[in-house]
Amino acid sequence: MNQIVRFTIDGSECMAEKGQYLVDAAKENGIYIPTLCNYTGIKPKGSCRVCTVKVNGRLMTACTTPVSENMDVQNHIPEIDELRKKIIELFFVEGNHFCPACEKGGNCELQALAYRYKIMAPRYPFAFPQREIDATNPKLIKDQNRCILCKRCIRGIQDEKGRTIFAYRKRSSRVEIGIDHKLGKELSDETAMKAMDICPVGALLVREKGFDIPIGERKYDKAPIGSDIEEHNVSSK
Amino acid sequence: MKSFTQKAIDKYGGNKTRLMDILIAIQSEFGHISRESVSQIATELHMSEVDVEQTISFYHFFTLEKTGKYSIYLNNSVVANMMGREEVAKAFEQEAGIKFGHITPDGLIGLYETSCIGMNDQEPAAIINNQVFTKLTPFRVKEIVRDIKDGKDVNDMFSASYGDGANRNVLVRSVVTNNIRKIGPILDPEYKVGEAIKKIIKLKPEEVIHEIKNSNIRGRGGAGFPTGLKWEFCRNAQGDKRYIFCNADEGEPGTFKDRVILTELPRLLFEGMVVAGYAVGAEEGILYIRYEYKYLEEYLENILQAARDKNYLGNDILGKKGFNFDIRVQFGAGAYVCGEESALIESAEGKRGEPRDRPPFPVEKGYLNQPTVVNNVETLCAVVKVILHGGEWYRSFGTSESTGTKLLSVSGDCKYAGVYEVAWGFSVNDILDMVGANPKKIIAVQVGGPSGSLIAQNEFSRILGYEDLATGGSLIIFDNTHDLLTEVVLNFTEFFIDESCGSCSTCRILPTILKNKLEKILNARGVMKDIDDMEEWGQILKASRCGLGQTAANPILTSIKNFRHLYEEKIQKSKDYDTGFDLSKAVFEACEVTHRLPNI
Repeated sequence: MNQIVRFTIDGSECMAEKGQYLVDAAKENGIYIPTLCNYTGIKPKGSCRVCTVKVNGRLMTACTTPVSENMDVQNHIPEIDELRKKIIELFFVEGNHFCPACEKGGNCELQALAYRYKIMAPRYPFAFPQREIDATNPKLIKDQNRCILCKRCIRGIQDEKGRTIFAYRKRSSRVEIGIDHKLGKELSDETAMKAMDICPVGALLVREKGFDIPIGERKYDKAPIGSDIEEHNVSSK
Repeated sequence: MKSFTQKAIDKYGGNKTRLMDILIAIQSEFGHISRESVSQIATELHMSEVDVEQTISFYHFFTLEKTGKYSIYLNNSVVANMMGREEVAKAFEQEAGIKFGHITPDGLIGLYETSCIGMNDQEPAAIINNQVFTKLTPFRVKEIVRDIKDGKDVNDMFSASYGDGANRNVLVRSVVTNNIRKIGPILDPEYKVGEAIKKIIKLKPEEVIHEIKNSNIRGRGGAGFPTGLKWEFCRNAQGDKRYIFCNADEGEPGTFKDRVILTELPRLLFEGMVVAGYAVGAEEGILYIRYEYKYLEEYLENILQAARDKNYLGNDILGKKGFNFDIRVQFGAGAYVCGEESALIESAEGKRGEPRDRPPFPVEKGYLNQPTVVNNVETLCAVVKVILHGGEWYRSFGTSESTGTKLLSVSGDCKYAGVYEVAWGFSVNDILDMVGANPKKIIAVQVGGPSGSLIAQNEFSRILGYEDLATGGSLIIFDNTHDLLTEVVLNFTEFFIDESCGSCSTCRILPTILKNKLEKILNARGVMKDIDDMEEWGQILKASRCGLGQTAANPILTSIKNFRHLYEEKIQKSKDYDTGFDLSKAVFEACEVTHRLPNI
């Protein structure tokens, strides 16, 4: 049995196993900390910064910070909520996100977060960048317009020898995702499907696959993202 | 090419974590890393090609496309511009017959821009095939291009004598000058190699750490973490092995003091690494140097070999049983962010230089997941003096918060640009006096490089020290002939955009947005709201993972704070708010066609 630690999130007492990442620990206590680049079962990377919280007064990403005894976490406070909203809006101006024309609509975590944070229009000017759609892979179509560079595909998909199939290319604002030409050709249907599911947005789509679940019945069509976690929290009701 | 690539791979034992060295070897030999090489490396190191390319495409000096037989990397930093870079760049373009970013049709010359190369006191400067050319003039450019066309080796292209000190060493032979203007305990040329090692082997490692703690020395790279504490954390951390890294990735524009130490006092630095190794119980030290200083490679390797011969490095050092320590040199390949300690470790492991999430800190899990100390060049030199003369002696320099001395890299509008070793506690005014800057004409000083602050005259009485103006030591001086917003703030903001690793959303996306706002103001289209937006949005960067991201808006934020009038002078006075859309303009054409007046 691992050691149990006590800590607080926005003043409410929480308990979790020592060393557990804050995002997961919060979830077990019925508290939702929004995430975008985080994915259960994959090593966290802290690249989207959406899960930023204040830990003992300092900005930290909840997906990479292990809980410890007496930690004082500020999550749902005006300052942090506003910061997250600003960060989420950044993604919308960085790429080209046209939700009505995207197969991922309703299942898209970025879109869902925008609804949850009541974003009407981003405060920044749109960049409208020229981005490419890579359709050279036999199984997957990669649409760089929608990619938020969260690295979930890089971290989550490897071949049986542990080689990565997806990788970053370049640096700075020129970063994009590349699919390995050789290994990508041998992608199984199952792995391609996994890649599409891992992608929080509609940047990786399996060919000839789409709208299996009709609009209106999708993940975030009925209730905002995170509400499944908060359901278990008595105090929030 | 195939056999060369294979040799490079074999030299590093087919070890994936040595990918940087393999790539450097191939790039140096062929001027690029071909698709075939990428494929070969991937197969041999059991990686995917896209993963190899991931590392290659991150670094400025690695290219998949052929560069010129002579690759000219001309520094584009602020001070280079102040010292006449534009004429030099034009001369290169004219003589080579190509624009920057291109190579000549015969593949002979490639012209490229690059971030600060650590030569701010002798700009304009360029790197050509790993050799540095300083104080360039259009005339000198003509000579260089003529020599290139004659097929001369870069090492035979110097027209004047070599620089000062060890720059003349037969293994360096560079025109770079040290410009040491003021010496103190660190730069003291009377240093005798090995004395500190002789002293520590009579002490317990804990006693060494105690002495360092007693000196109150803090990291000289800029962050200022107490060195003794860092060593203690590392010593006490769980691990199979421990590592000492020297961070010589001096990439902060305007900083060049580490280059001078590496040139003049490399033995002092290596001795500091040995001391650190003894204190924390490490057997391997890695000197991570920026690629821009590749011209020092042979020289440094030679000194390391001499140290091994004298048993300052190796096994049972100076007869102390079980005290084993050796140092290897690791070059970077052009990425400012690798100066951040965890990014530096990632890079040394052959990966993209992306900072890691903390915790865990490098002292717990660093290089190859083992406890690792990363110290600045200057810090490691200082600890040798602390060992020799004691912590108390060291505390007699500087202030109570900031003990010891600091090496400053001073450049810009002053008579005597160069390296100064001063005790902490000097005011900016004192320094301006010392370096021969005209106090009446100086309007601004950039303290601590782009990630620091741009300060105005009213703050020149502030003192250098962790308690007031903390700095890694770069001071760039500007007189009243400069347009600070265009020449300094815009240049630095572009620097941060180029050097972002691109992993964090905030640092990847926001600086470009801020730059667009700044340009809007510079183009006289700005309104008051633009200034307010920049101030507010700049705060978002505080949520970034590393110091680069967190400070990427500093050029804009500190200049708004200290030079707000420069922004206000440029904005449209009549408008507070900008809709970004002019309805009457948008319908103008339609109105003309229909011969109607806009009804708005």
